[in-house]
Amino acid sequence: MAPIKVYGWAVSPWMSRTLVCLEEANAEYEIVPMSRSGGDHLLPDYLAINPFGQIPALQDGDLTLYQSRAIARYILRKLKPEFLREGNLRESAMVDAWVDVQAHKLEPILLPIVVNCIINQFVGRDRDQDVVDENIEKLKKLLEVYEARLSTSKYLAGDFLSFAEFTHFAFMRYFMATEYYADVVDAYPHFKAWWEALLSRPSVKKVMAGMPPDFGFGSGKIP
Amino acid sequence: MLRLATIATTLTRKLMAPVKVFGPAASTNVARVLVCLEEVGADYELVDIDFPGKGHKRPDHLARNPFGQVPAFQDGDVILFESRAIAKYVLRKYKSEQLDLLREGNLEEAAMVDVWTEVETHQYHPALSPIVLECFIYPTLRGLPTNQKVVDESLEKAKKVLEIYETHLSKHKYLAGDFVSFADFNHFACTFYFMDATPYSNLFDSYPYVKAWWENLMSRPSMKKLGANMSTRN
Repeated sequence: MAPIKVYGWAVSPWMSRTLVCLEEANAEYEIVPMSRSGGDHLLPDYLAINPFGQIPALQDGDLTLYQSRAIARYILRKLKPEFLREGNLRESAMVDAWVDVQAHKLEPILLPIVVNCIINQFVGRDRDQDVVDENIEKLKKLLEVYEARLSTSKYLAGDFLSFAEFTHFAFMRYFMATEYYADVVDAYPHFKAWWEALLSRPSVKKVMAGMPPDFGFGSGKIP
Repeated sequence: MLRLATIATTLTRKLMAPVKVFGPAASTNVARVLVCLEEVGADYELVDIDFPGKGHKRPDHLARNPFGQVPAFQDGDVILFESRAIAKYVLRKYKSEQLDLLREGNLEEAAMVDVWTEVETHQYHPALSPIVLECFIYPTLRGLPTNQKVVDESLEKAKKVLEIYETHLSKHKYLAGDFVSFADFNHFACTFYFMDATPYSNLFDSYPYVKAWWENLMSRPSMKKLGANMSTRN
């Protein structure tokens, strides 16, 4: 079997969502490195793979996929379906619900915080403190729901580890590199314990090694 | 044989207690769930939430949806939130030989359903929904004027997205392949409002495969029925 190919830059939180799942699935894969600053994702050869011009994309034999969560689900369904629980109505619904909470509630809050606190300084943009403050407040309210959930459930979907955990890693990783992380997260002890357990997984440590806290800008290794 | 199997399935469904969906029929995320319930022929009850009266913040609703949003869903002692999670629960529960709208038993097909479901969320909806917000929601529900700059920028985004859909739908009858799926259903509510509640429905005229795909979907009984309740033109 030819190894699975994943296209993109490893510092991307969307790329690393798929990498964590590939690692958890013990998949044989290779990264096809691309340069964001070089505009590789907009070249015709890549648009033939993903017409939306975004990374990651995946090739497994004849199959070409894009959108990080679709890629992740494919990998898990193929190699580690227990992380999706699609054979169990209630469990699969809980996995799906918390995957979507990350996608529709947490990520839209963490992205502007990370962009303003980490990225903007490297790309000639000012930090918009109002945007940061507004989203930190939203984050605290949202984490109340996570805290309530994780006070009664070991993992997000229930008493089992699932894709719901893996999909949370990347954006939390970058939030952890901002000055707000400790004060915010310390107020939610169950959430904090859940997050630290996720960080201790070998798959996560391996992927995180490719995700410097400044996205590589500080060391000149711009994606 | 097929007819007997269909009758047996229909009877079984009718004997199951109705599931409950909480939220207004006009909500796009509620409609996402309703279209799936209609497609599988499930018995369901729609319980509206009194938004002006802050019904979505009351303890009974928060017990079902801790984010205070709609939809929420109940099937016996199963209580769910997040419209796509609810919709997939419905499609899995009522799945049969004849009705497999997620294709989770086939790796490639399921992956294509997932890809185009994600594309709706991250590419299609962000391009079309600001136009609906500016042309209908904000003026009608908040008394705000249309921000034409936002509309114009969104129309440019929408054209780029629709070009990609046009190429794709020139090769496949439906989004995930030659079979209708959850991926197509996810596009219903957003597209319906774009067509019904904005002056830009003729945008699709420039994309004949997309237009044909949409008209095909709207000919489905589920979408005709739900669209009648959602129309902003009455």
